[in-house]
Amino acid sequence: MEKFVTLTSVAAPLPEADVDTDIIFPARFLLLLDKVGLGKHLFHERRHAPGGASTDFVLNTPPFDAAKILVADANFGSGSSREQAVWALSDFGIRCVIAPSFGEIFYSNCFKNGVLPVVLTGEAHRNAMSAAASGQPFVVDLESQTVMFPNGPAVPFEIDPYRKRALMLGLDEIGGILAEDADDIASFEARHRASQPWLFLDDGRLDQLFDETEPS
Amino acid sequence: MSAHTLYDKVWQQHVVKQYDDGTSLLYIDRHLVQEVSSPQAFAGLVAEDRKLVRPAAHIAVADHAVPTRLRHLPLPDGLASRQVARLQENCARFGVHYVGMNDNRHGIVHVIGPELGFTLPGATLVCGDSHTSTHGAFGAIAFGIGASECECVFATQTLRQKRQRTMRVTLNGALQPGVAVKDIILALIARIGTNGGVGHAIEYAGPAVATLSMEARMTLCNMSIEAGSRVGMIAPDATTIAYVRGRKLAPKPEQQAAAEAYWLSLASDADAVFDREVELDVSALVPHVSWGTNPGETAPVSSRIPDPALEADPARRAKMERSLHYMALQPGMRLDEIAIDKVFIGSCTNGRIEDLRLAAEVVAGRHVAPSVSGIVVPGSASVRLQAEAEGLDRVFIDAGFEWRDAGCSMCVAMNDDRLQPGERCASTSNRNFEGRQGQGGRTHLMSPAMAAAAAVSGHLVDVRSLKAAS
Ligand code: SF4
Repeated sequence: MEKFVTLTSVAAPLPEADVDTDIIFPARFLLLLDKVGLGKHLFHERRHAPGGASTDFVLNTPPFDAAKILVADANFGSGSSREQAVWALSDFGIRCVIAPSFGEIFYSNCFKNGVLPVVLTGEAHRNAMSAAASGQPFVVDLESQTVMFPNGPAVPFEIDPYRKRALMLGLDEIGGILAEDADDIASFEARHRASQPWLFLDDGRLDQLFDETEPS
Repeated sequence: MSAHTLYDKVWQQHVVKQYDDGTSLLYIDRHLVQEVSSPQAFAGLVAEDRKLVRPAAHIAVADHAVPTRLRHLPLPDGLASRQVARLQENCARFGVHYVGMNDNRHGIVHVIGPELGFTLPGATLVCGDSHTSTHGAFGAIAFGIGASECECVFATQTLRQKRQRTMRVTLNGALQPGVAVKDIILALIARIGTNGGVGHAIEYAGPAVATLSMEARMTLCNMSIEAGSRVGMIAPDATTIAYVRGRKLAPKPEQQAAAEAYWLSLASDADAVFDREVELDVSALVPHVSWGTNPGETAPVSSRIPDPALEADPARRAKMERSLHYMALQPGMRLDEIAIDKVFIGSCTNGRIEDLRLAAEVVAGRHVAPSVSGIVVPGSASVRLQAEAEGLDRVFIDAGFEWRDAGCSMCVAMNDDRLQPGERCASTSNRNFEGRQGQGGRTHLMSPAMAAAAAVSGHLVDVRSLKAAS
């Protein structure tokens, strides 16, 4: 995973609550099998008029078409679990989203892809939104957990220590679990199997259930 | 010993280890795999040369992209057929059991998991799909995950998670005739907001929950995610046990007594403390419909569309204005005067047998309005077969509906079931997001009986007025 340490960029303002994952990445593009190259479908309906022409949506408008930061509003990324929403943002170049609150699965998906979601509420968020509109760059620094607006003071934000570390080092979470926790998982599994054996299906039982699958 | 909630009890049984940063490594018992969120997860395994550690912990099915008609024919070449084929190939390669499109056990993941007895009380169950909260109706910790997390479950059978806060939603009273559990969840979301449950695992409790069937409980837990909660749960009771008993993958006879005794012990202790409590008296509840583009933008069908000018918060006001613009509606309009073009009865929220029975009861002896076309899409093949055995398919067909094969269909419009730009739909699904049922389509969420009533009336209508008139 790409590391996230600091980021300096203009920030695109999107002052609208409840921007859901269907807006960020419309469902019909979920048929694609890849996770790269999805940026062209990011906010598809907002960025393209029905005939296909570009709209004046903020991410189509310089300097924000090169923004690496998005300042969004409450409940950003609510809705579905589609990680495509994050892959599309990051493919477009967005590495940090600032909002008062996030859809929970979206929030967690960000961290798997080197994207930093920053929660700012109240006045700090209002300041971020108006500072973004100025088109001047923000500085996001993960180490000190601060966002610096143009000509403004550094504003602190909260983040789980574990997620911070994973982002800063670009850790591979799965590799980490396999390397460090495999023994614990194995012994847990043995205990768990003994206490709730019905949770452990065997292949035989599943085969019995599914051996009449359709001719294909 | 201190008192524990249902969520805490199931959680503690699955903690492999606790890290000192407050997160836990949580063991995952079961994983439902579908075609949309799995290709990249399988590709990740291949790229890193990792094993899928416990194939028998997964069941795979293609539900989102599959067509709901002409299923005996090969899928037309294209993205959907590639996606379905990819799932099948990945399952063959990694030894995961795959339910074929024409198998009698096929259906929407959240419908077939419970039907097969794959979903069990006290388990941890995940799926790369946000409506995995459905399975919490059995007293499982069940939650939607992204594709990267699917890969983590494939490779490690665990997820690193932070314990959620808990929120109890106590439902008091009893529903009036014509009012459904869908109205409860819509009213709840309208009240606490689409992010009202963020960070919390919801437990639904109280006298109104105790009387609900498993189907109705699943509808309730299904839409927890629309209130912002990944997890919605209900304590296992006699209703749960009766549903699970005898299912194909339920505990074997010799394990049954121990399993059931354990499941009944999972209920929240009487003195357990929740981080947040919400109470709702359902006896006063009336049928609800959504008017905007998120499920919180919902109101009683007999009311009028609210005025954004009265909303103090500017971002909220902008959102309401945008919703009304997208929906082509005016503040102050009566909701029951909104004319519709399409009706969709189905989805993992309301595509179960009871839902079809409730809708069929309304349309029996009536006909879909001339300006309306409607489809009924059972949540699974087994629901379809049951409905056909009861003659419900005839009721729908005679009323002018199309009767389809199972799948997500017009809930997400990834197949050819979709709204055209500007079309307006009465839908029993769970999301009225912009474009959700097709680019430019407009969705009104409601219960199966309300969607059926809208179909025969040509406009949104209180199903109870229809009953009185007939
Ligand atoms: S029916 Fe709709 S909400 Fe349910 S799994 Fe399918 S697409 Fe998702």
